[in-house]
Amino acid sequence: MVLSLIIRNALRHKLRTFLTILGVAVAVMAFGLIRTILAAWYSSVEASSPDRLVTRNAVGITSTLPLSYREQILKIDGVKQVTWANWFGGTYIDPENFFPQFAVDKDAYFEVFPEFITPPDQFEAWKNDLRGAIVGRKLADRFGWKVGDRITLIGSIYTDNWDFDIVGIYAGKDQTIDEGSMLMRWDYLDAWIKKNWPGYAAQIGWYVLKLSDPNRSTEISSAIDTQFKNSTAETRTETEKAFALSFVQMSGAILVLLKVMSFLIIGIILMVLVNTMVMAGRERTAEHAYMKSLGFRAYHLVWIISGESLLIAFLGGGLGLLLLFGVANIVKSAVAMWFPVFVVTPATFMIVICVALFVGLLAAIFPSQRVVRMKIVDGLRVVD
Amino acid sequence: MAEALVKIRNVSKSYYRDSQEIPVLRNINFDIPQGEFLALMGPSGSGKTTLLNLISGIDRPSSGDLAVAGENVAQLTDGQLAKWRSEHIGLVFQFYNLLPVLTAFENVELPLMLTKLSKAERRKHVETALSIVGLADRVKHYPRQLSGGQEQRVAIARAIVSDPTLLLADEPTGDLDKQSAEDIMTLLSRLNKEFGKTIIVVTHDPRAAEKAHLIRHLNKGELT
Ligand SMILES: Nc1ncnc2c1ncn2[C@@H]1O[C@H](COP(=O)(O)OP(=O)(O)OP(=O)(O)O)[C@@H](O)[C@H]1O
Ligand SMILES: [Mg+2]
Repeated sequence: MVLSLIIRNALRHKLRTFLTILGVAVAVMAFGLIRTILAAWYSSVEASSPDRLVTRNAVGITSTLPLSYREQILKIDGVKQVTWANWFGGTYIDPENFFPQFAVDKDAYFEVFPEFITPPDQFEAWKNDLRGAIVGRKLADRFGWKVGDRITLIGSIYTDNWDFDIVGIYAGKDQTIDEGSMLMRWDYLDAWIKKNWPGYAAQIGWYVLKLSDPNRSTEISSAIDTQFKNSTAETRTETEKAFALSFVQMSGAILVLLKVMSFLIIGIILMVLVNTMVMAGRERTAEHAYMKSLGFRAYHLVWIISGESLLIAFLGGGLGLLLLFGVANIVKSAVAMWFPVFVVTPATFMIVICVALFVGLLAAIFPSQRVVRMKIVDGLRVVD
Repeated sequence: MAEALVKIRNVSKSYYRDSQEIPVLRNINFDIPQGEFLALMGPSGSGKTTLLNLISGIDRPSSGDLAVAGENVAQLTDGQLAKWRSEHIGLVFQFYNLLPVLTAFENVELPLMLTKLSKAERRKHVETALSIVGLADRVKHYPRQLSGGQEQRVAIARAIVSDPTLLLADEPTGDLDKQSAEDIMTLLSRLNKEFGKTIIVVTHDPRAAEKAHLIRHLNKGELT
């Protein structure tokens, strides 16, 4: 009977309850969307492996390092493998079609990044084709590329028309792995540089190191940077996570803004629900007084009020989650260039549920307080 | 004669508004024996509702003693008082105070939710109460589907469903037409005669008061 009373109370003002649920749903969706953006932003950081270090030029990310460092880094104790990559920076038909492109070392890159999974025959084909490229599954879907296609990129750094053969498609080991990048061969790029800008050959963008023991990363980082101190190109070595964060931090102000916004939205959800619950509580003053006069205690009424508040909050939260999944799916391809991994994570899902629970309980506090304080004689004097 | 069911001794009640004392009841002394059917009359503002609220234990006297069925009501805690009310008091109001989202049956069942009765036992009690007030055929109706007189009869059924020691009605006919008002008073009179209920009715209507055994008048907080 209590549950049915809660449901019937919620249905007293159908339009008001419906609008409240809708209001909560839209706000919950907005909240979830912001959390999803934040999660997408950090996913590159989360995906980084603790047993990987990145060594780059100490001057900055746009300065290169000589390929000759590779042998020396490999000799350092605790370094298991060394690979490297360059930012390619090409345009496919239209600048709007942006996606990350890396020219990578064909021998060790996939060994250092085992989370990128390529079928063995495609991987072999890549090794045998100087112009071969392996693209992420989502990127291939985005442009409808298939193995065997030939595509042309217009180089914005290496100004030329570049032809590539799509020889392979990689998949991420799980949902958090970026499947929106293109990996071409570094030796293809280097051959072009040797021909066009002879002085700049055999340079790489950054090294990625695989360690035998992640616990020694600090010690190994400083060993590397010490070794290249006072050389023509000094290095800066950090964990892959710190490296990824250094990109994220550039937009730190925006991150803070988004976080603040997500809290403001919780406030909005709360106000929508508080408004409805307070109105409902006021209208029922005489009924609450009457129930108390029958011998019902304040806590009975608090139960009924909280039940209604939670019911509305959960319906709104549920609808908001549905909207969130829908919207996330629609905007996914539109935001693919900034957020290669744009999914509503289980963590976001849980946070949204918790927010609904929290808001539902909080909104019940105001009318509950009223019902606890109300004297029966005063409540009965209220005639509606 | 056996001890009175309600014993009111030197009871006074004042309300405070902005630290100003407003005396409402002054030094009331009054006994009501078991089985009495009493009508309480008096001008508006004379304190009738206040006195009824003190007897029903939904308000407390400022001073004096008030005993109902041997229990000193003024000394119970809020929790004990709530339980005591649910066992001993049936209340009827001018504006029925039915829950609009509950059917007639559910409204009458409501006070029984506080008891340990099983669902089947509750059903029996509710059906009996509704048949006493002549509404056995309206169990599934919601309050807005009933006339004022029917609503008030549902409210009376709800007040008697837990078989209270004392039935208190505050202007139960105040919102009804003449015929319905008479039906309600006849019903209360039946409850008193056939079921031996002790009843106190506050009313402005002398015709309604005629049904009672005894009429007492309150004037400016004093019984006359
Ligand atoms: N909660 C309260 N706070 C302040 N004053 C009150 C309160 N309740 C009652 N009063 C005052 O006490 C006096 C008596 O009120 P009460 O309701 O008992 O009168 P009544 O005889 O029932 O009148 P009516 O016939 O109009 O219902 C009134 O002057 C009223 O203003
Ligand atoms: Mg009154």
